[in-house]
Amino acid sequence: MTITGIAAIGAGLAAIGAGVGIGKIGGSAMEAMARQPEMHGKIQSSALILAAFVEAVALFGVVVAFLQG
Amino acid sequence: MCTFAAKFIKLFNKVTTLNPLRTVLFSILFLTVSFLGFASEEKTNQKDAPFDPKEMILHHVKDAHEFHLWDWKGSPVSLSLPIILWTDGGLITFSSSKFHHDDQGQTVVESNGNSFVKLHEKIYQLEAGETSINYDSEHHPTNAHKPIDLSITRNVFMMWVSVALLLFIFLTTARNYKKSKDGVPKGIAGFMEPLIIFVRDEIGKPMIGEHKYKKYMPYLLTIFFFIWINNIFGLIPILNGANLSGNIAFTFTLAVFTFIITTFSGNKNYWKHIFWMPGVPVPMKIFLMPIEIIGMFVKPISLMIRLFANITAGHVIILALMSLIFVFKSVAIAPVSVAFSLFITVIEIIVTAIQAYIFTILSALYFGMATEEEH
Repeated sequence: MTITGIAAIGAGLAAIGAGVGIGKIGGSAMEAMARQPEMHGKIQSSALILAAFVEAVALFGVVVAFLQG
Repeated sequence: MCTFAAKFIKLFNKVTTLNPLRTVLFSILFLTVSFLGFASEEKTNQKDAPFDPKEMILHHVKDAHEFHLWDWKGSPVSLSLPIILWTDGGLITFSSSKFHHDDQGQTVVESNGNSFVKLHEKIYQLEAGETSINYDSEHHPTNAHKPIDLSITRNVFMMWVSVALLLFIFLTTARNYKKSKDGVPKGIAGFMEPLIIFVRDEIGKPMIGEHKYKKYMPYLLTIFFFIWINNIFGLIPILNGANLSGNIAFTFTLAVFTFIITTFSGNKNYWKHIFWMPGVPVPMKIFLMPIEIIGMFVKPISLMIRLFANITAGHVIILALMSLIFVFKSVAIAPVSVAFSLFITVIEIIVTAIQAYIFTILSALYFGMATEEEH
């Protein structure tokens, strides 16, 4: 297997991690919004920020994979 | 022609004032029309050489010395931008059209007794007396060196365009407020007011605090609108080189600004939390100090990489979906790939705003941390 293949697998692994993370954030945000509809706006904005944090980690993986591949 | 333009403006006004759904559909129509031009450009590339998606994607994402618009009958239609070089012999300028769209180091340009070639969007100066470029076994040039390149590349050009547009929008807004007697915004100011209020009430006030947010508002508004408008420019398919916020030098500069402002507005409390964390035992204080110092630098670095990677990844995904057509060499795959790239483009339109928001809110958060009082 070439370094490109390994890099692609690495990017895929990073995407799995981010998928789990963003899924948990989205699920919990939905639950919280259902419990407290009046906090809808605040929960949504903080969920977006947290999703951006998680996504950044996946994108670090993609960037490293892109540089290697 | 004139009547057509008048009709078009009338139609546009009608469409945009009616309902949001129609506006969205109209924008999607525009996007699909522009994608047609986008796709046909790649088809002409295919004739010359076997299609290489990676090279095509990198060509679109990277900075360049000319503004390539489209190919017409096999020859590229482009806007030539000036090349400005600082060499040992002083400043040298010439037009990038002298390279005749060559990016393989074949065309040698003579200027002031120096010879230059362009290789993979890098300008090399040949050593004195050489007439063509030579390579070693790893395809690195052996008889040339890189001068300091101060050229107005397409990223710089697009940055100036966005600066001019922002200046126009905000000067018009300011003039509008000055003119208006009752303080009610009209025209473009009516559109900008909610956005500015949003940055103030959703980003500035909650993150920095009621008393100190005013000092940071000019910076927050500037980066918010600057990043947003450049993200939007990056999505216009015909300006395929306008990938400014997907350029790591650009995001690096913005992150450095945030870092400098955070560092200089840091109060006693902020520095105490970095060097001598209150409320924990002494061995823990010593252990936390290097972590906090690294954290000081990691924050702007993560800002830099987040914006760069998000925008670049968006472009790469759209281009990769489009190049599927040329990889499979089949028309049957075209509807699928156009539909998917349209879907991703619509997501990217949301991402343009979200990334500008994230950059601004995190900058505000860091300023808030730096100016927080002891509690």
